Amino acid sequence: MTFHIGPYFEALINWLKTTFQSFFDSLAGVLEYSIELFENILGGPPPLVMIIILAGIAWWACGLKKWGLMVFTVLGFSLVWLMELWGLTMQTLALVLSSTILALLIGIPIGIACGRSQRAEQAIRPLLDFMQTMPAFVYLIPAVLFFSLGKVPGSVATVIFAMPPCVRLTTLGLRQVPPELLEASSSFGATAWQQLFKVQLPMALPSILAGINQTIMMALSMVVIAAMIGAGGLGGIVLRGITQMKIGLGFEGGLAIVVLAMYLDRTTHALGSKSTLHVEE
Amino acid sequence: MEESTNLASEQVDPPVIETRGLYKIFGPNPKDTRKLVDKNVPRSEVLAQTRSTAAVVNAGFKIAKSETFVIMGLSGSGKSTLVRLLNRLIEPTYGEVYIDGQDITKLNRTELRELRRSKFGMVFQQFALLPHRNVVENVEFGLEIRGAPSSQRREKAIKAIHDVGLGGYEESPIQALSGGMQQRVGLARALATNPEILFMDEAFSALDPLIRTQMQDELIELQARLNKTVVFITHDLDEALKLGDRIAIMKDGVIEQIGTPETILTEPASDYVRSFVRNVDRGKVLTADSVMTKSQAVARQKDGPSHAVRIMRQHDISSLFVVDNNRCFVGLVTIDETLEAIKKGAKTLDEIVHRDVLTVETNTLLRDMLPLSSGQKVPIPVLREDGRMVGIVTRAALLLGLSAETEAAV
Repeated sequence: MTFHIGPYFEALINWLKTTFQSFFDSLAGVLEYSIELFENILGGPPPLVMIIILAGIAWWACGLKKWGLMVFTVLGFSLVWLMELWGLTMQTLALVLSSTILALLIGIPIGIACGRSQRAEQAIRPLLDFMQTMPAFVYLIPAVLFFSLGKVPGSVATVIFAMPPCVRLTTLGLRQVPPELLEASSSFGATAWQQLFKVQLPMALPSILAGINQTIMMALSMVVIAAMIGAGGLGGIVLRGITQMKIGLGFEGGLAIVVLAMYLDRTTHALGSKSTLHVEE
Repeated sequence: MEESTNLASEQVDPPVIETRGLYKIFGPNPKDTRKLVDKNVPRSEVLAQTRSTAAVVNAGFKIAKSETFVIMGLSGSGKSTLVRLLNRLIEPTYGEVYIDGQDITKLNRTELRELRRSKFGMVFQQFALLPHRNVVENVEFGLEIRGAPSSQRREKAIKAIHDVGLGGYEESPIQALSGGMQQRVGLARALATNPEILFMDEAFSALDPLIRTQMQDELIELQARLNKTVVFITHDLDEALKLGDRIAIMKDGVIEQIGTPETILTEPASDYVRSFVRNVDRGKVLTADSVMTKSQAVARQKDGPSHAVRIMRQHDISSLFVVDNNRCFVGLVTIDETLEAIKKGAKTLDEIVHRDVLTVETNTLLRDMLPLSSGQKVPIPVLREDGRMVGIVTRAALLLGLSAETEAAV
């Protein structure tokens, strides 16, 4: 006897597609707009100006004494520029940022809900496990079905793939707040919102920032994969390198991704430890 | 109408906190658990039968305004649960809690929140301060929750910080402070909202002994100025005896005895309390009036020497205290000198009365009396603040009072 769950899933997707067509269309519109907005902001200024801005952000995140990241930023992105990959890098960055923001907008509130309610966590947890263990490529199929090819389905797949760590680490951060602090705030008559904003979120901030860092890194890795459905950017270069056996091109694309990844990771990490230091001092 | 007169007499000093039949039962079966604990079934047996534990059993007490009420018990005695029932951080299973005559178990969430904001302050064992805020921001917390305007908030917070002796540390980060100082911040936070009632849950238990003693002294001093109603939780009997106007001793959720420190020491209500107080340094707690005997044998100043001699003969003593018409202490006469005076034909005791006699006040600690009493041939007269003589303490009474074994002997 055989049983295939696939056809039912297909039927479900088709039903969703026809029933919520207008919803998906408007969602696609919003996504497209935000991706374009980021592309214009990042790709607008000349590369030199942009490199200075990126280095400035690194400097602000790390402080003057740790100038290593700033030097790395200047050298790395100059290399990207010289390899004529600047435009594609900014496209990728735009896709990463817009996907990350959407993932955070959805993920942090869910994480807060799970952190405050045992029941919410029990409901969400299997879904998160599912999202994290499902091979990343599989997200591409429904994304294409709902949003056809291009950047929008790439972004949707990225949001789904990158969201779990942000949810988990937000939940963890809230759970780690010592219970006596919650008790103390209740004893002074704090409302649930006051407790959240004055006690839980500030205390959970280091953990939430770690979650944001993770989400950005996962978004970057997914954005590269999303090139398979025409999301463009650096992933496209890597994909071309693979399919056309252009090893040099593939390597250059990969190198640009590494520069971008290291920049994003170190900068967000530095921002995270900056706020953590503030807490611990 | 008997009821109304009773009520009227209570209205003079209405309790700020009153509990009636208060229970907290953790577990699936509160009903049966209550029945069992009411029959004094031991805890382990109750747990086996109902899979439930009674943390607080039938607590009923009244706490007066400005009173420091100490709830004392070992860990697991239910004392921390009991204090949380008073501000409903834990919901009571049965019974009522009245705050200023209002049953707070009937309040909805909003009303309860308002009550906590306006009347309660709480200090925690582990301080429970916000590490991402500095001292003044922590102290402001309660005011901020209330929605007080920020200028007023700062002003009140700074005043509270000065009240607890932390002036100058307003901007310090919490982590830079020692445990004792952190708890001062906790205390300032609780005081900043000017609450009527202060709950202190093992507030000094996490501190070093030396700092703890210092904080206790400061709390006493602060309390003398601020006159809050304080509910203080502790597992330390010495702390309880030192701070409490009255003490409730808890064991397995049951309040074994409520009384003043002296009552607890001199009339322990159960074997548990007795075993508890056995090792206490009673000299630090008991005062002169708890060991004194009322002296019938005194002479009036206007009495003649022969009358004085008659009293001394009657009581078979060789010296006699003299008081004036208002029973204020005057001095002492001895039998030899009185007989001498009779021979000389003196009409009053004035000329022979010794006025430089050692006296103590009713609230003098036994510890302080002990060195005074050595080498003393006559008992020590005990005077009230206004100078009236209310009794005498013999050296024997003093030594017996200091020794806990008297209870066992009686």
